[in-house]
Amino acid sequence: MNFADLWKRSRIGIIAVALALVVGILLLLVAGANPFEALGVIIDGSLGSSIRIGDTLMVWAPLVLAAAGLLITFAAGLWNIGVEGQITFGAIAASLVAREVSGPTWLIVTLALLAGLFGGAFWALLAGLLRTYGKVNEIFGGLGLHFVATALAVYLVLGPWKRAGVASTSGTEPFPRESWLPTVGSTRLSWLAIVVAVASVFGVFYLLRGTRFGLRLKAVGKNMRSAFLLGIPTGPYMLAAFALGGGLAGLAGAIQATGFHHKLVPSISGGYGFLGILVAMLAGYAARWIAPIAFVFAMLAVGSTLLPLKLGLDSSVGGVLQGVLVLFTVLAQGWQSRRRNRADEAALGPPEPPVIPGEVG
Amino acid sequence: MDVTLASILAASTPLIFVVIGETITEKAGVINLSLDGTVLLSAMVGFAGAYESGSVIVGFAAAALVSALAALLVAYSSIALRLNQVAVGFVLFQLTGELSAFLGDPYVRIPGPTVTYRPIPLLEDIPFIGKIFFQHDLIVYGSIVLIFLTYWFMFRTRRGLKLQAIGERPEAAHSRGMPVNRLRYLYAAVGGGLVGIGGAAYSLGAKIGWSEGHTTGLGWIALAIVIFGGWHPYRAAFGVYLFGALQFSAIKLQDVFPDLTQVLGTLPFPIMIFTLVLVYSDRVRSLTDRYPALRGILGSDPPSAIGTRFDVD
Repeated sequence: MNFADLWKRSRIGIIAVALALVVGILLLLVAGANPFEALGVIIDGSLGSSIRIGDTLMVWAPLVLAAAGLLITFAAGLWNIGVEGQITFGAIAASLVAREVSGPTWLIVTLALLAGLFGGAFWALLAGLLRTYGKVNEIFGGLGLHFVATALAVYLVLGPWKRAGVASTSGTEPFPRESWLPTVGSTRLSWLAIVVAVASVFGVFYLLRGTRFGLRLKAVGKNMRSAFLLGIPTGPYMLAAFALGGGLAGLAGAIQATGFHHKLVPSISGGYGFLGILVAMLAGYAARWIAPIAFVFAMLAVGSTLLPLKLGLDSSVGGVLQGVLVLFTVLAQGWQSRRRNRADEAALGPPEPPVIPGEVG
Repeated sequence: MDVTLASILAASTPLIFVVIGETITEKAGVINLSLDGTVLLSAMVGFAGAYESGSVIVGFAAAALVSALAALLVAYSSIALRLNQVAVGFVLFQLTGELSAFLGDPYVRIPGPTVTYRPIPLLEDIPFIGKIFFQHDLIVYGSIVLIFLTYWFMFRTRRGLKLQAIGERPEAAHSRGMPVNRLRYLYAAVGGGLVGIGGAAYSLGAKIGWSEGHTTGLGWIALAIVIFGGWHPYRAAFGVYLFGALQFSAIKLQDVFPDLTQVLGTLPFPIMIFTLVLVYSDRVRSLTDRYPALRGILGSDPPSAIGTRFDVD
């Protein structure tokens, strides 16, 4: 492959990243900060020590899980915006186990992760049932359930599960130590969270590329009517996509609760569901790109939290850069396909005049 | 009672602008899913603009401009770039929300200008009614005028008919010589501008000031109310006031259940969305099929061409 080919293939990505960088630098200059200093803080804050790398990976793991789950629902042509609620409900289910079950760590942790998996799947199935049987658009059914899950978390944190004596939005009493995900050294990194996240990427990759189920699911997503006419039960397939995607989101919530916060907090989802949608879009809905993109996003998220302290900038810089990057990538894809269409039209000449039925023959 | 209704009316004002704006945009066939972020950004820009210039009008204008640009970007991606409106809208939701936090950092919790209270002479003295409707600021009166004006425009003028045509049957509209895509740009911008005015009406009127996440969740509620309202300005306004009443009762109930203060504040959001679910359900649909007279009240059919793009060739 020569350089011209390489440029042609990666042009879109390079243009998008360059545009995003320019906009990011301009924004930082407007805010009166040195962009390179800010970048340095972000890199140092996310990779500067073993503890920071551990923190970054503990953002990476739930983000990867959410994004991997979203690939399944996207494959079925569904906008699972309720993913935030599925993370929250998974975390609530895992918290219940962590609080109520006593026993050896391996048992509690296994049960808590399973509870997260099934909790998230259950919450997603509710949105799926509304979609398939109630004709409710999954965006709004999912959002409603997201608000319900958040209200439930707030209620538990301030009500039945409140800290002894004082109810505070800072969270419940920390779980007993036996229910914490085992960590590596003095970091917050849990090898189990990493294993689960990596397995989810391989699992989703295989599911969508190598199985009959995945192929038929994509048929449902591409053209539901044709899939139905070909004999694919579209309703059950969509429900299965919701359950699988929601299950992975619920696992992300379980990791948030038992591996990161070690308690239930009102904003337990960390916004990783919405962020996961951006990761999936940037990855072009392809499983092989999920892990690296989620890592860059996790770096931006963790590194930015140091910006207020070091440079007096708001920590939303990371989020702005993520958004700008995805926006320009999406727009650049549009620009490219428009150019290609125009080139095709020029090569083919004017389109054939339409044949009017009845006039032929 | 009159005080209660007056405060619900005032508190609902920003959402009226947002919901009517999005109704107009969607009527033209463009769905702007970024509302939850654009309302935040326009609330922040409105406050910052008014703070820096000392003029509330500059604040509203800046907010309308920013929000109209966001809506235009959704329309452009769909019309010119053939991208999915939902995808672009979602990215913009995230980006504008984060931008509001980033750019709004210097303006957090500082006092700034607000719209001035301006009771209408004579009318304000009418018992009961006067207190509810005529003792507010200009933006509240503006919201009420907007509801009727939008209805009149949509259903009683030629231009309004064209607006419906490009959202319902773009092919037919095109063959009648209407510039479908140019009109879509126009109504995306108009609707987006109204959304921006709504955002600024929060930070300058109904929920004074700026802090991170000042209006979080309200954009999603607005999108739900547009559907609940069946893309009709009167029903949409009814949905907004219903949500306002729900929020008001939630606050009142906090005195009764002090333990549940935080939970009650979050409840109107799911309640509103599940009301929407009911409106959408098959049972309501079969009811309106059987009794067509009910369709105006209960039915909710989106503009046929919503979210799709229209290619001339």
